[in-house]
Formats: sequence, structure tokens, C-alpha cells
Amino acid sequence: MPAIPSGKAPQPSQTNPEQIRNFCIIAHIDHGKSTLADRMLGITGVVEARNMREQYLDRMDIERERGITIKSQAVRLPWKSGIDGKEYILNMIDTPGHVDFTYEVSRSLAACEGAILLVDCAQGIEAQTLANLYLAMENDLTIIPVLNKIDLPAAQPEKFAIELSKLVGCKPEDCMRVSGKTGEGVEELLDQIVAQLPPPKGDPHAPARALIFDSVYDTYRGVVTYVRVVDGKLSPREQIQMVSTGVKHELLDIGVISPEPVSSKGLSVGEVGYLITGVKDVRLSRVGDTVTSYNNPAKEGLSGYKDPKPMVFSGLYPIDGDEYPMLRDALDKLQLNDAALVYEPETSAALGFGFRCGFLGLLHMEIVRERLEREFNLSLISTAPNVVYKVFLENGKDAVVTNPSEFPNGKVEKVLEPIVKATILSPTDYIGTIMELCQQRRGTLGGMDYLSEDRVEIRYTLPLAEIVFDFFDQLKSRTKGYASLDYEPIGEAEGDLVKVDILLQGDTVDAFSSIVHREKAYAYGVMMTSKLRELIPRQQFEVPIQAAIGAKIIARENIRAIRKDVLAKCYGGDITRKRKLLEKQKEGKKRMKMVGRVEVPQEAFIAALSTNADVEAGKTKK
Amino acid sequence: MSHRLAFYIHIPYCLARCGYCDFNTYTPRELQSDTVGSLSSRYIESAIREIESASARVGAAVVPSIFFGGGTPSLMAGTEIASVINTIRDRFELASDAEITIEVNPDSVTSEFLALTREAGANRISMGMQSAKAHVLAALDRTHSPESVPRAVELVRSHGYEHCSVDLIYGTPGESIDDWRESVAAALSLKVDHLSAYALIVEKGTKLAARVKSGELIIPPEDETATKYEIVDEMCGEKGFHWYELSNWSAEGGECRHNISYWDGSHWWGVGPGAHSYFNGVRWWNVKHPETYQSKIKEGKSPMLESEELSEQNRRDESIMLRIRMREGIPLSDLSPAERERVGQYLESNHLDDGAWTQGKLVLTRSGRLIADRIVREILV
Repeated sequence: MPAIPSGKAPQPSQTNPEQIRNFCIIAHIDHGKSTLADRMLGITGVVEARNMREQYLDRMDIERERGITIKSQAVRLPWKSGIDGKEYILNMIDTPGHVDFTYEVSRSLAACEGAILLVDCAQGIEAQTLANLYLAMENDLTIIPVLNKIDLPAAQPEKFAIELSKLVGCKPEDCMRVSGKTGEGVEELLDQIVAQLPPPKGDPHAPARALIFDSVYDTYRGVVTYVRVVDGKLSPREQIQMVSTGVKHELLDIGVISPEPVSSKGLSVGEVGYLITGVKDVRLSRVGDTVTSYNNPAKEGLSGYKDPKPMVFSGLYPIDGDEYPMLRDALDKLQLNDAALVYEPETSAALGFGFRCGFLGLLHMEIVRERLEREFNLSLISTAPNVVYKVFLENGKDAVVTNPSEFPNGKVEKVLEPIVKATILSPTDYIGTIMELCQQRRGTLGGMDYLSEDRVEIRYTLPLAEIVFDFFDQLKSRTKGYASLDYEPIGEAEGDLVKVDILLQGDTVDAFSSIVHREKAYAYGVMMTSKLRELIPRQQFEVPIQAAIGAKIIARENIRAIRKDVLAKCYGGDITRKRKLLEKQKEGKKRMKMVGRVEVPQEAFIAALSTNADVEAGKTKK
Repeated sequence: MSHRLAFYIHIPYCLARCGYCDFNTYTPRELQSDTVGSLSSRYIESAIREIESASARVGAAVVPSIFFGGGTPSLMAGTEIASVINTIRDRFELASDAEITIEVNPDSVTSEFLALTREAGANRISMGMQSAKAHVLAALDRTHSPESVPRAVELVRSHGYEHCSVDLIYGTPGESIDDWRESVAAALSLKVDHLSAYALIVEKGTKLAARVKSGELIIPPEDETATKYEIVDEMCGEKGFHWYELSNWSAEGGECRHNISYWDGSHWWGVGPGAHSYFNGVRWWNVKHPETYQSKIKEGKSPMLESEELSEQNRRDESIMLRIRMREGIPLSDLSPAERERVGQYLESNHLDDGAWTQGKLVLTRSGRLIADRIVREILV
């Protein structure tokens, strides 16, 4: 049995880098990453069978329910190689699998020397897995291709071994075959990690440098920072410093996760573990930053640090205006654990007081919203997500627009919008329909490669705004769910963009303003006006609903005045019933929002603002 | 000073149940009986006992009106109706000009019944006409034919009844605008001095609701029903009938005083199963089933099922909700400045009568009456 009895394994801070292997698992959602990780915990003996629970490493409820790893973790696994009989320490670094978290993935990869490319051999590789594979290859990681779920009746290991070997550049027979579920092949895989991955390199005598690849807020301990030591050594109680911010902290605790936190005498070259400094805000301990020793600081940080940049914005408003202070407190608390979340107060004539929030992407937005509702018990209305625009006016002024209603009215010289490189993997049957969709969404074809006879990788450059607007939904429905998508921001481009306002009885409803491509303005106007005509109840007067670009009306619908709202009969026996109905209706009326003189039910706002953007397709993991 | 107390007498029997009806009424078959006659005398006894208990509770009172509703009061024996009227006359002070109304069905009312009730003091007949079109009556499951109505009205008049009213229903599945015009014209051509017209309501649990749900019958669009209201109001006006309540029109002096007492906050006592009463700020209603009702009375217990004491707020809400339905309207001085301002916006949209407003009254126009409930919500929100 290659598991090392506890207590005899090499100890943290005293482990020779030659004995260390740092790896991560790249996989798509449902391809079995968590099951394989669970199996590794069991085989290496760090979790006893009776303590095992499914998806052991995924901490948050939402993660477990959605099957998404939002926050990565690192587990120290002692392993005695079945090949050379020596003792090793394997650090398994869990990576977030979603498109929104590409930067976090890149930092996790930077902490490893190798990656397991895990593919469900009944399904084949998916777009985000491919994107992360390319990211790993760019980072010069050693890739071990692994076909999972070989126990499934539908498994086609031969077929997908060919696909994987082409991508990785190996022979089909080099692809390992495992079943996380039954454990078959997992011991061999652990041995191959030892055999194929290089040990970490670093200078034990240089000033300490450790890469932060994750940072998590814990209610009891404050921020827990996960690091990979590159040079030197970090020790308990020493003063440390963050290279990018220059912030100084005291190291209150340092240790490894196995898989519960265990304090250690420090961390040295190649080792992976956690730091606790007592800070309460993850923004003071940012992913990608370098930790060094305050008394003997490194001259330079590790390369690759970037500030998280919000790409998608949405207004969040409490349905009950009295909950505004609660929403503010909740956002303050969430930000402690989410360095990428930004927000500032805004006021909407239609929705009242709320916040304009910036997110890494749609899934990030969904998660934040869901946490606000679930953990803080808030009921929210969110405006349709939008991207950030740079608007240049003819008078030489310019503005950054994160809220469409603030799009300047002056003469616009040009507008820049964010552009992404999108990768779509699909069965070849759907090439036509995918290209049609991408063309409609202002895409430019970048190239196409066949992964196998019947699977293709299509690359497009697209405005992010088009993806934010129900692209996943469309892609899924057009390909019966077979296509997968990944995208990464690649910069900005000029677009022929206009602001479409929606007017109710002549008053602009700020929450419904949208920035769209000129050619799509009409379709958007027609869609919104007819949607609102269905959603807004008839009023005492006729209500015109208009879509306008500036002063020009491009679409119009009418809500005819209500003609009948009365119960004809009202005699003795009807009075109590009618009064009770009136009391109920009075309550209903209080939930109406007034837009000018038009009463709009909350439900109408919620329904009109939902773009049905389905983020399911944007997830990868396991 | 003695009270004024109107009486409503509920007759909970019908020969057949109409498809749209959710009133508290029962067929003899439902009550395991062969005829209404075998049920009615026992029932009338209980009703009389309840009137006697009303007298014990209220003390001396002037009775300005009595209304026999149902159900189908014309299924009772004329002598039974007469005995109820006589009990009230004995126990209270029946006003010399008291209005005594009996609802009748055109196909079951008899000369004998009319003679006996008239003799007992009844002076007003309210007839369920509903429509002049056979196919509309069929959709409503009414048993009478259009031709029976003029005959029945003649009969009523021949017995010396001073007042006669007909009820119409609009918005029945299959009823066209022209059908409705014909029905209104037919009603107004009769020797009546009062007309009630109600929009059909599809009540839960009725046969009509089931037929609508199954798609067999289609409810006409609300806007068409609104148009029908405008038509009846218009045609009544031409005939010299003025509206005095949202769904009621009459010739001068033909208003139903009993019904007005529901809307102006007067006191009334409802006798019989399921009947509602209102007295001194308390509203209550009786047990619904006629058998339960009778056994309660027999045991010397109150037939009351539930009661509610109206709060200040309830009374105000009801007062606005009911008075807004009347031609009399609501004095603006009864509204707060904020309420006046909120409701004032309906002047602009022509839902409120401008002239009345200038004279300090809130009175609904025709289009305003059609959205009266909405305007009430605007005032009372």
C-alpha cells in the first residue's frame, strides 16, 4: 500500500524540493474532477473513508449545489511511489473552472509544474477545458492526459485518446485511463505524477518569494491566503510584505492543508500552504501578488500580477426600498471575500436606491446575486447586464460608461467596447448554425480546426456585449446543448453603438436603457416595447411605450386605457367580501413602482429585465 | 328615538340551479324532497322565529323596507310571504310608505301569488329577466322563455303593483352587442320603472366556470362588456331612466329604497340561511345550509355563523367603496387633501363629473363608473 502512515511523511518546511510535485487538474464540469480528487484523498490516506463526503474540497454550499469550484484550495498528499519506492509530497491545487475566472486559473497554473488533463471518455473535451489546457501549455506545464469514467458503458476511450493525443502532442496510448468512481488506475496516476512532473525549482537562500494563488475570507480566522513558495522560506511570526501593495502583515499562522489546516514551522521552496495574517479583507492579499519577507524583501515580485478587472456590470436594487442599508452591508461583507467585486451607489428613477456592480462575467454576477439573496435574505431586482464602454465625444471629452442610462447625449465621435476571443467546440453538424449565430452577433471568424472527424474547434472574435446578451442560451439551443464555449477578453474595438431609451408616457425609464449596435436598435426597441405592453397593466389613460434613439422614435406600442375595473353587483352579502378584496388590493398597490404617472408592478420590471442569459453553459468543472 | 331597520328575507330554494349562479340556494332534489312546497312552510316558520328574535335584540324600530330575495321567492305560497310581512308588521312599526319588494321568476309567478302578496302589502316586484334572447338565456341555463317576461309584467301590473323592475345580465358567452341592445330595448319597452343590469361574473365552482374552463364557452372580452355598460346607460337615459347606482336605473321615484340602504350605511337585518345583517357597526351572517339554519332556530340558538365588528377604518373604507357607486356621490369634504389630490387626476381623464366636482362632490361619469373599483383604490391606498 503506497500510502505513507501518518506522522512518517516528510514534514512541511523540511521537505526537499526533489520530493515535491505540484499539480492541478484541468477538467470540464461533470467530467469527474471532484470524484477523482476525493479518490486521491482516500488512497493517500489523508481522509479516512468514514469522514469522506462527496466533493470534499468544495466548501461553499453554492459551489456544491452548482458543482462549481469557485475558490481553489491546495491539498498536501503524502505518497510513496510504486515505481521507485521513495516518499513524495504531492500538492494538488484545485482550479476554478469557469470562464469568468481565467485569471485565477492562470495563477493556480503558475503555482504548478504539471497538470492532469482530465476528460470524460464518454463526452470528449470541452471548450473551457481546451482554453485552460492552452493556458497550461503557455505556462510550460507538463501535461498528463487522462481519460476518466472508463467504467461507463458509453465510454469511448480509443476515440477520445486520439483527440487528446492530438491536442497534447503525445501518442494515444500515452493517455492514462482511470475511474475516479471505482478507483481504477488512480494509484498508477499518482505514480505517473511523480515520474513525469519535474520537481519545483527555487533558490532556498534567496529572499522569500511566494505566489498568492488564492485568498479566502473566513469568518473566524480572517483572510486565509494560499501560496506557493518559489524562493526562500516563510516562517511563523515573521513580518511579511505584499510586493504590489507594499502592505505589511504579521504572519500569525502558516501551514498546510491535508485536507484540514495544520500549522507548520514554515514553508520552504516548492511548498504549497496557507498564511493567516489577521487581515479581514481579501483585497489586502490579492491573487497573483507576491509575498516576501519584510526584513529581507525580494527586489522584484513574481511576474504575472494583474488587478481583477470587472467586465460585466449590472444595477442591483432591493425590491423593498427599506432594505437598501442591508444590501450595502451585504456587499461590504461579500467584498471581503471577493476582490473582483466592485460596486458604487446609484439611483434609478424607476428602481430607487441601489448599486452599480461590476463582475468578472455572467457567472460571477449570478453567484454574487445568489449569495446576496441566500446568505443575506435580500430580494433584489437586477438590471440587464452590460459591458463597459468608452465614449469619445466630438467636443474632445470622453467618458467611461458602466450604466447605459449614463451614455452621453452629446455628439459622439466614437465608442469603444470590449472584445473577446471566443472558442467554441462542437460536433461538426452544427458548424453552419454556430457560424450563423456568430455572424449575427457581429463576430469575425478567426479560424477552425478539426479535433477529430466529427468535432471541431471554431474561433471567433466577438464583442463581449453580444455574449452577455443571451449568447449561451442561443448557442445551447441551436446545438442541442452539444457546443461548449470559452472566451477571454482581448481588448477593445470601435463599434457603431447607440443608446436605446424606453419611454413610458414620454418619460424615460432609466432601468430599461440599453446600448446596442445601430443595426439592432430597431429589433431591440420592438422587443422591449412589445414585452412591456404585455407586462404593464392597463392604466386609467392610454400609455404609449416608445423606444427611442435620442429624440428619434424607433418603435411604439400602446397600452390602451383600462375600461372596466368594477364589480357590477354589490348588495348586502357582497360588502364584507368586497372590502376584504379591497384591503388585499391596497397591499398590491403598494408594491407598484411609479414611473411618472404610470404604475408598474415589480414583476413587470423583473420580467422585462431578464435576458434569460443562461450561464449554465459557461460553467466548467469537476 | 327608535331605530330604522330594513329587512331582507332570503328564500333559499330554486327549482333548478342556473349555471352561473353561486347564490345560497338549493333545489328540492338537493334537499331530498319532492317539491318546494313540502319545504317552505317549515322554513317560513323558522324565518318568522328569527324575525321575532330580531325584535327582541333591536327593540322598537321603524321598518322602511322589506325585500324577499333568493333563491326564488315566487316558489313560496303567497300566504307564506304574507305571514312574514305580517310578523314584521306586528313586531315592528312598518312605515306607512314602506317599500316591500318580492323577487319573482317570470315562469313561476302566478296570479294567486301576486294577489295574496299584494294584499299583504307588497308593492314592488323585481323580475329576473336576464336577457330577451333565447340563446343567451340558454347559455345562462335559465328556464324561462323571452316571451314569458312581458306576460308576467302585465300580470304584475294587473294586480296593482306600483313598482316593477327587471334584472338583466350582460357579457354572457355568445351574446353580441346587438343581442344586448335588443335585450335592453325589450326591457325598457315593458311597463317597468326600474332596471338593474349586471355584468356576468364567472364564479368559481359553478357549472359556467367549468364550461368556460373546458373552452366550451368563451367569455367576451372586457372591453366589449364595458361597451355594453355604456349602451345600457345610454339607452336608459333616452328612456328617461336615470342611474342612481352603478348598476341600477329608474324612472323618477322608482329607485329601490331597500337597496339604497345597503349603500348608505343604514341598518338591515337579513333573515334566513347565509343572509348578512348590519346593525350598530356589527356585521354578521348566518349559517348557510337551510337545514342547519332551521335546526339552530329550533334549538332556540342564534343562526349566526360569524360576525365582525367594523373598525373605524373598515367603516370609512366601506363608506367610500359604497357611496362612490351612487349618483349622490361623496362630498369632497369627506376626503383628506391628499385623497382629493390623488383622485383629482381622474378629472382630467374624464372619469369624474366636472360639474359635481366644482360643487364640492365626487361623482363618477359613465367611464368612471366602469373603473369605480380602481378609483376607490386610488383614494384609499
